Amino acid sequence: MVDATNPAKTRRPGGFRAAAVSRSFDGVHALDCVTLGLYSHEVVGLIGPNGAGKSTLVNVMTGFDFPTSGAVEFEGQDITRWSPHRRGRAGLARTFQHSHSFRDLSVRENVEVAALGVGQKPREARARASELLGILGLADQADALAGGLAHGDERRLGVARALVTEPKFVLMDEPAAGLPEAEVPEFAAVIRAVRDEHNAGVLLIDHNMTLIMEVCDRIHVLDQGATLAEGTPAEIRANLDVAAAYLGESAIRTDAGVDELR
Amino acid sequence: MTVIGAVDAQNLVDALGLGAIYGLMAVGIGLVFGVLRLVNFAYGQLIMAGAFTLAYASRAGWSTWQAILACFGVVIALSLVMEVTVFRPLRTRSPAVMLVATFAVSFLLQSIALLVVLKVQGQVGIPASTVAQLAQAVTIGGVDVRKVTIVALVVAIVALSGLALLLGKTTVGLQMRAAATDFTTARLLGVSANRVITLAVLLAGVIAAAVAVLLTASQSYVTSDFALHDMIIVLVGVVVGGIDRLWTATLGGFAIGFTRGVINGALPTDKSVYLPSALFALVILVLILRPAGLFAGGRSSVVDRV
Repeated sequence: MVDATNPAKTRRPGGFRAAAVSRSFDGVHALDCVTLGLYSHEVVGLIGPNGAGKSTLVNVMTGFDFPTSGAVEFEGQDITRWSPHRRGRAGLARTFQHSHSFRDLSVRENVEVAALGVGQKPREARARASELLGILGLADQADALAGGLAHGDERRLGVARALVTEPKFVLMDEPAAGLPEAEVPEFAAVIRAVRDEHNAGVLLIDHNMTLIMEVCDRIHVLDQGATLAEGTPAEIRANLDVAAAYLGESAIRTDAGVDELR
Repeated sequence: MTVIGAVDAQNLVDALGLGAIYGLMAVGIGLVFGVLRLVNFAYGQLIMAGAFTLAYASRAGWSTWQAILACFGVVIALSLVMEVTVFRPLRTRSPAVMLVATFAVSFLLQSIALLVVLKVQGQVGIPASTVAQLAQAVTIGGVDVRKVTIVALVVAIVALSGLALLLGKTTVGLQMRAAATDFTTARLLGVSANRVITLAVLLAGVIAAAVAVLLTASQSYVTSDFALHDMIIVLVGVVVGGIDRLWTATLGGFAIGFTRGVINGALPTDKSVYLPSALFALVILVLILRPAGLFAGGRSSVVDRV
């Protein structure tokens, strides 16, 4: 078990970091001095029971919310006050827990818009969009309206939209929710490809422990707004505190994760 | 019988012309609504400004083409001024604030027009004779078709095809459609808000200028309430058609223009005072039967979106 607040461990050059970030809403601490670093070519899992502050942390890191104290750093720069769009252009992308797809646009157009938004040329944007839809298994629906997609497909569209910007870092907020269990290995392969082929850093929030344990290089556990543990999947699995935090809130009742953690 | 048949065909042709003009106005309103979620009540006064430009150009003895060019110049310039001074500063405010602001602009422009015309001319309106030749009729198959009807249909078809190409095939068109579907997300994905809004306002301005020319051809006495009644009827048509989609809004505009034309032709001249009543009775009926809009196709209505 590594102490997450240990500066020697977390203060590596470059990367994308939340440094001692706190966020309170009307006196309630949603995040309490959380430090999380994400570096190129790694997948970091962010887990914890519902209400642990996972989404708040992602919002702070992507500019949708500002910390009460602490800073967000990107490749050595303080980007705490940058807008989401400015962060996007700099190489940060995210997927949303709730679909934000353009219902009236085709699936391919949804991805194209995101590519154009970071300054890609129209032809390049279109080609990359088609390529990514192929990788994510959405090629057949490329010309269908996004509003008619099934839930799992909509999630993958969100991932395609984040990846088409060729981000250095991508934060995925429950990308596998609603995905059939049979498709999880395929999805895990996509995440690994983002790490290995694009050399990107991935922060993965998900309740699906099979996916988390399979693809993550490191796992960061939040509970009640504070870092509970940080380590490799093997270390985390061995740590009973984590299981206790989980079982208390039973956020992962439904899948194999509970047994795995015991 | 043949006389009545000819009269009926005549009505239908006139109604088509009016439908085309109202359809164009609906496009102008729908374009701006798409990206700003704002019904621009001052849209009618853009048309009025264009009509006054034509009227003053006629007085100055300009040629028809010079007058039309000036009309486009004035209306487009006024649209952009409106975007920079009203829409842009108020864009992040509540829809109610923006709505009231466009009412204010509407009344401001009407008042300016009234003051200027009264002070300078000593009368309430000015004739715009320069495009009056468009009101002349040609006879096609026993039906008198006014040239303006043909021009209106051609302009509507060309404008709608051009717009469909722009929205469907270009980068900025794609960004406009994205912004019209979900403005916040579009901005997050790097769509420039100013760019899509300016383009929408610009396109709506070009259409307003074209409508000014077409309307002036048939109502050549230009007053400060020029296009006001047309604007109200088109707004109703747009809502009836379904305002949250450009094509349903356009169809709604066309439908109400066409219906107005047909009822107008069917009513005896001394009963034409009943025209608005008949029209709005129909509208109420449509809204009771299809509250989401006549052409909304079962989709969620604007109520959910705004």
